[in-house]
Amino acid sequence: MRKRTSGVGLFAYAIFYLAFLYVPVLFLPLFSFNRSVFIAFPLTGFTTQWYRDMLADDAMLHALGNSLEVGTIAALFSTLLGLLAAKALTRYRVPGGGALLAFTSLPLFIPDIVLGISLLILLNAVSIPLSLLTVIAGHSLICVPFAIAVLMSRFEGFDKSLEEASLDLGENGWMTFWRVTFPLALPGIISSLLLTFIVSFDEFLIAYFLAGNETTLPIYIWGQLRFPYKLPAVLALGALILVASTILVVLAEWMRSRGLGDKKHMMVGA
Amino acid sequence: MSEETYLRIEHVSKRFGSVLAVHDADLAIRRGEFFSLLGPSGCGKTTLLRIIAGFEYPTSGEIFFEGVRMTDEPPNRRPSNMVFQSYAIFPHLNVFDNIAYGLHRDRLPRAELVRRVDEALTMIKLEGFGARRADELSGGQRQRVALARALVRRPKVLLLDEPLGALDRRLREAMQIELRALQKSVGITFVFVTHDQEEALSMSDRIAVMSNGQILQVAAPRTLYEEPNCREVADFIGQMNFFNGRLIGQDGAIGVIDLGPMGKVHIATELGPDVLVALRPEKIVLSSSGVKGTVTAAAYLGERSHYNIAVPGLAEPVSVASQNAEKIVARGHAPGDTVYLSWPPDALVVLPKD
Repeated sequence: MRKRTSGVGLFAYAIFYLAFLYVPVLFLPLFSFNRSVFIAFPLTGFTTQWYRDMLADDAMLHALGNSLEVGTIAALFSTLLGLLAAKALTRYRVPGGGALLAFTSLPLFIPDIVLGISLLILLNAVSIPLSLLTVIAGHSLICVPFAIAVLMSRFEGFDKSLEEASLDLGENGWMTFWRVTFPLALPGIISSLLLTFIVSFDEFLIAYFLAGNETTLPIYIWGQLRFPYKLPAVLALGALILVASTILVVLAEWMRSRGLGDKKHMMVGA
Repeated sequence: MSEETYLRIEHVSKRFGSVLAVHDADLAIRRGEFFSLLGPSGCGKTTLLRIIAGFEYPTSGEIFFEGVRMTDEPPNRRPSNMVFQSYAIFPHLNVFDNIAYGLHRDRLPRAELVRRVDEALTMIKLEGFGARRADELSGGQRQRVALARALVRRPKVLLLDEPLGALDRRLREAMQIELRALQKSVGITFVFVTHDQEEALSMSDRIAVMSNGQILQVAAPRTLYEEPNCREVADFIGQMNFFNGRLIGQDGAIGVIDLGPMGKVHIATELGPDVLVALRPEKIVLSSSGVKGTVTAAAYLGERSHYNIAVPGLAEPVSVASQNAEKIVARGHAPGDTVYLSWPPDALVVLPKD
């Protein structure tokens, strides 16, 4: 009997926990379809006007374009760096490998505001003008640890004798990478690209410090918050970003776990 | 030398940090030979195989294939191919592409490529399996595909790292016979790593027994079993009784060795004065005369029975295995029975005292 009541308690806790996490987020799409400009109950009626407003806003579209550009380049760059690091850390006996791994994941633990200010000071000191390029650099920095984490778990998931077998069968290191390592790491690479893209796309603080005269989507949204009548359109935009982010993260996680699921076929006789 | 040396391993040592994995290994493996590296896990046999394959470079020493120095060559430039313990079948490729993998470099015409792969599939009795995915294969089939993938390149040496270890016993025994037949038909030199002494004995032309990174003895299976050169080899291959002996007289090449409670024996030896004398359990005959002892344990094992026999003055009981050649259901010896041990004089092996 006791077991049953504690089960009910845990269930209630889980429901409360999920509600606490997601109910506030759900207000975003809810009010984005509400006719009133004011964000308050009761709801006054259904409209898609805010979505039409948003899509007609050139400044928003420009910021969106910037964010897509920054996110795409930062994702490609950090995934490339992560791929090299993950391969080195899992395949070779790297002296001080553990310390190296801790060091590369440091950006995860440094507050973004500290990182943003430091980068700003550095860029000023060496007189590099602020632009989307500097945002890309900053975002790559914080994305690399995510890429390494995703790709390392992928590399650890397949037998390294597969690469040895390729060498043994006459291929050199470069062809072995393209014929064996890359196809097997591909789900991890895609997962890493999606994840790092989302990290960059959603990032505000570093972009705020490093963007100069440019705007990314989060910076644009931040700017719009000063105008109460624009708030519903921001909600509409936020709702769309929410949906897109969720889809990408689920996709990334699905790719990653699909990759790990293959593991049983790669470890023969295990 | 009457038989041609194909693969020469010259004073090879390999150190991993503070661990000496292989210590001064020196081997001459002949063309067309089925050569096994046998030893318990951690003895350095796999490391030695990986040095031959080129996955590890020796700390010191040299490797020669057909007289050509290969010590520093990477695996893709060596005339050897390997069957991995895990088989390392590429999971993203089907059976055909797995086998064709190593032919990519040769840029064969498509028809020739297909013919070579089909030939390999026929050899491993997996005709029509080309389109199967790697995860649709059983353990035994994967093992065959790994074998075909290595052999299709027509290597001069095939290296096998415990390839039968993951298979169940019946399949393993069938594959032992098949592998041996295959080796004879293709005539390629096989270097086979195993920790299973029966496997090594049944398949090999010659065996190198390894322990703690060192090669203890290199010999044909029969020699290894009947004339081990040290206690470790004698102990690792089959079962063995050991008796402490002392050389008390010498008549030419024949020495007189006092075995204490087991009596005095005459045997050719150059060792002494303190020696170890080894005697296989199945060489001992239980009869009406000889060294007197008492049965302390008896086990009926079907084709043979196994007895432990206490001999007064010996610390360890003597282990005896006797063939149940005749169908005698009620007979045999029971614990407490008094028995007499005897053995043919040439069954004894004199070993250095360690």
